[in-house]
Amino acid sequence: MATIQIGENEQHPDLALVASARTGDVQAFETLVNKYDRQIFRIAQHITQNREDAQDVVQDAFLKAYEKLDQFQGNSKFYTWLVRIAVNESLMRLRKRRTGKMVSIDDDIETDEGSVPRDLADWSPNPEQNYGQAELAEILRKTIQGLPHGFRIVFVLRDVDGLSTEETAETLGLSVPAVKSRLLRARLQLRERLSRYFRNKKAGEK
Amino acid sequence: MTCTEFLAMLDELIDDDVSAQTRSELQEHLNGCEHCEVTLNTTRKTIEIYRSHEVYELPNSVRQRLHDAIMARCKHGC
Repeated sequence: MATIQIGENEQHPDLALVASARTGDVQAFETLVNKYDRQIFRIAQHITQNREDAQDVVQDAFLKAYEKLDQFQGNSKFYTWLVRIAVNESLMRLRKRRTGKMVSIDDDIETDEGSVPRDLADWSPNPEQNYGQAELAEILRKTIQGLPHGFRIVFVLRDVDGLSTEETAETLGLSVPAVKSRLLRARLQLRERLSRYFRNKKAGEK
Repeated sequence: MTCTEFLAMLDELIDDDVSAQTRSELQEHLNGCEHCEVTLNTTRKTIEIYRSHEVYELPNSVRQRLHDAIMARCKHGC
């Protein structure tokens, strides 16, 4: 997990790496790349839904971060600053794919789906064990891809990546209440959709 | 407490962001409401599954290529 709880007066270890990188220590920057590239790839892939675009975003986001290191204020974490760059790069790629149509994290959220739980059957114990590794990954991918991307990205940052509500809000340029409402609906929609696969099967049911 | 009121507090409950007083009210509702209990447990499970399974792996070969490209550009001034 990327986030490490540290005391208020303690300096986040990334800050020293950023300071070194600023003075031209490329190795220090490489440490940061090693530390966060997987998470950045994951975020980019969740937004762009395209493998090549996501790889390009990883490259462009880190290069942009390196270029702009001087502008990093240090009042937010390096990671959240980096994520913000990656989210913007991802939205730009998405826009290109959609031939210039404006894309924002506010798209497609006008839906009531999932705000009231409908499938109330309990799940079988450890339902993921009923599926093979590859099959499970496919189910999880398909399920989360069906979410509006303004919900999906909040869920990924907050629940998968472990950012706080405030950090998620800051990173996406959303208000805290907006993040909270999206998170609840994202969680409920995912739950509802996964229920199709994980619910306890009645006898004779396929 | 109604189911709607319970649902409105679902995230706070999952994220352990409730007062002792609210927690006991939520617990009281749960004791008498199987539906909300299922919703709570399966939502927790949903989060846990997504947290523990990487949906998008970055293969090592691709990772290496990206690193090389990034570091080459950094060394020569982006």
